[in-house]
Amino acid sequence: MSFDNAYDAITDGAGDDQHWAFGTGFDDPLAGVDRAVPADTSAVDLSTYCLMLADDALILSQRLTEWCSRAPELEEDVALANIALDLLGQARLLLTRAGEVEGAGRDEDTLAYLRDEHEFRNVRLVELDCGPGPGGDFATTIARLLVFSTWRLAVFTQLAHSADPVLAAIAAKGVKELAYHRDHAAQWTLRLAGGTDHSRTRMIAALDQIWPLVDELFTPHPVEQSLPAIAVDPATARPEFDDVLDTVLTAATLPRPTVPPMSPVAGRTGRDGAHTEALGYLLAEMQHLARSLPGATW
Amino acid sequence: MDAELEREFDRVVGAEQRIEPRDWMPDGYRKTLIRQIAQHAHSEIIGMQPEANWISRAPSLRRKAILLAKVQDEAGHGLYLYAATETLGADREDLTRKLVEGRQKYSSIFNYPTLNFADVGVIGWLVDGAAIVNQVPLCRTSYGPYARAMIRICKEESFHQRQGYELLMTMMRGTEAQRRMVQDAVDRWWWPSLMMFGPPDAESSNTAQSMAWRIKRHTNDELRQKFVDMTVPQADALGVTLPDPELRWNADRGHHDFGEIDWTEFWQVVGGNGPCSRQRIEHRRAAHDDGAWVREAAAAYAHRQTDREAIA
Repeated sequence: MSFDNAYDAITDGAGDDQHWAFGTGFDDPLAGVDRAVPADTSAVDLSTYCLMLADDALILSQRLTEWCSRAPELEEDVALANIALDLLGQARLLLTRAGEVEGAGRDEDTLAYLRDEHEFRNVRLVELDCGPGPGGDFATTIARLLVFSTWRLAVFTQLAHSADPVLAAIAAKGVKELAYHRDHAAQWTLRLAGGTDHSRTRMIAALDQIWPLVDELFTPHPVEQSLPAIAVDPATARPEFDDVLDTVLTAATLPRPTVPPMSPVAGRTGRDGAHTEALGYLLAEMQHLARSLPGATW
Repeated sequence: MDAELEREFDRVVGAEQRIEPRDWMPDGYRKTLIRQIAQHAHSEIIGMQPEANWISRAPSLRRKAILLAKVQDEAGHGLYLYAATETLGADREDLTRKLVEGRQKYSSIFNYPTLNFADVGVIGWLVDGAAIVNQVPLCRTSYGPYARAMIRICKEESFHQRQGYELLMTMMRGTEAQRRMVQDAVDRWWWPSLMMFGPPDAESSNTAQSMAWRIKRHTNDELRQKFVDMTVPQADALGVTLPDPELRWNADRGHHDFGEIDWTEFWQVVGGNGPCSRQRIEHRRAAHDDGAWVREAAAAYAHRQTDREAIA
């Protein structure tokens, strides 16, 4: 180790994943996978389906990064950033796939930064401010993460057998990540429910707060129904979701929320581009720099 | 007895071997190390804020992922540095309290604002670059856990530095507006980066003892010169101008000469009057206080689980 060249000391072992404190592997999950649109498949529907799954991950990732430097403990700062990174990774693969299948030359950034609110296809659950902003707190964040990751894991487990090899590969990678996210959220649900009276009260309120947006997760969309061998019918994920939630809530001795579902907007929900007021502000912040400098490369 | 232990301590340090947590060490050595490592840990944690400021607005998904991973690394660095202080008998909660009450310091560089996205690249290039120059010698510092933590940290910092530089290169090849952003960021961060090496040797109160203990291995001015010499060719390659009219190569010295640092500003920022000093501490205090109920819940839950296991 020589001081004459500060870099000699630190470049040994360069090029391995050890550069990343807590990252996962960087293997391309799509290496060698056939990227052609499967036969007898509507490219428009497949592209839209990829957008739905991508937007869920992108918007929740954006929400989770709001905790960065604000978490209750350093370990949690690391964990929430890790989950946000996993979801961002899923979003990037899915957006790329959506653009490629669409065939209009839109890449991941065009789709993330240059679509307007009504063109986003995510479920409304992911766009809510669940803390650290005024809309929630750590318990709300955990309640949403528990519901989201349990639902998405159930969907991705089936999607890993999709007739589209690209979606199958993306889902297979996501399953491992989502299993960790679900476990993390379940552990915190137990801690908050079984910690202090105050934390228990907050955990119960948190589940009530997000529960109205649960039913929407399981409502099949025409796009999903038009891709029988490729897309997962979310209604089929409900039994696994109910089982897992029952197990966690029972272990935490928490009541199952009975709050009624939030109604659609003129029959439309997030999947149709009808969102809550929260999404516009989220996108304004996320997109403003990319839109301010057209033609710039980053 | 103590004299004998002290001789052994001096022998180990003098022979460039490592002091380990269970070894005897002078109180002053322990206190100096706790202060220095805690200050370093605090710097990592406070340093998350200026960069986290741009995560939500990162202009491409790739840059967002890189930035988020970097800020996450900093939380990790803070964690293992706090763990190193715990091997010396310190307590993380206590150190955090001292930080938010302003009783322990962190690197003043983080009291400057990040005003455009190029700041993210310039922090990687200049701020992480300066940190590496400061920290590489610490990989050989006499206290084992600190030295080992620093090896890992320096590797990750060097990775961050290259990513920062790569962002700037990309922006310089982009539009005129992007090039202006880079130059603006360099203009704002150059002098504060030079201040990161601390006051001039003549005014540095802790240097002599820390060098004798092999905690510190080079003086502030030596490291500052090293950084300037390293950075000037990088600035040329990038195509930016470093904002110092007196900066030029001195063939006689074999080093670059550079202008006088504004030490008035340095002491103002160190004294808590930097552009973001209050904001950074208040942010950290709010996060810590807002999370108190979560930590209490986790502790109560863990306690109850232990009781349950004891009964079963």
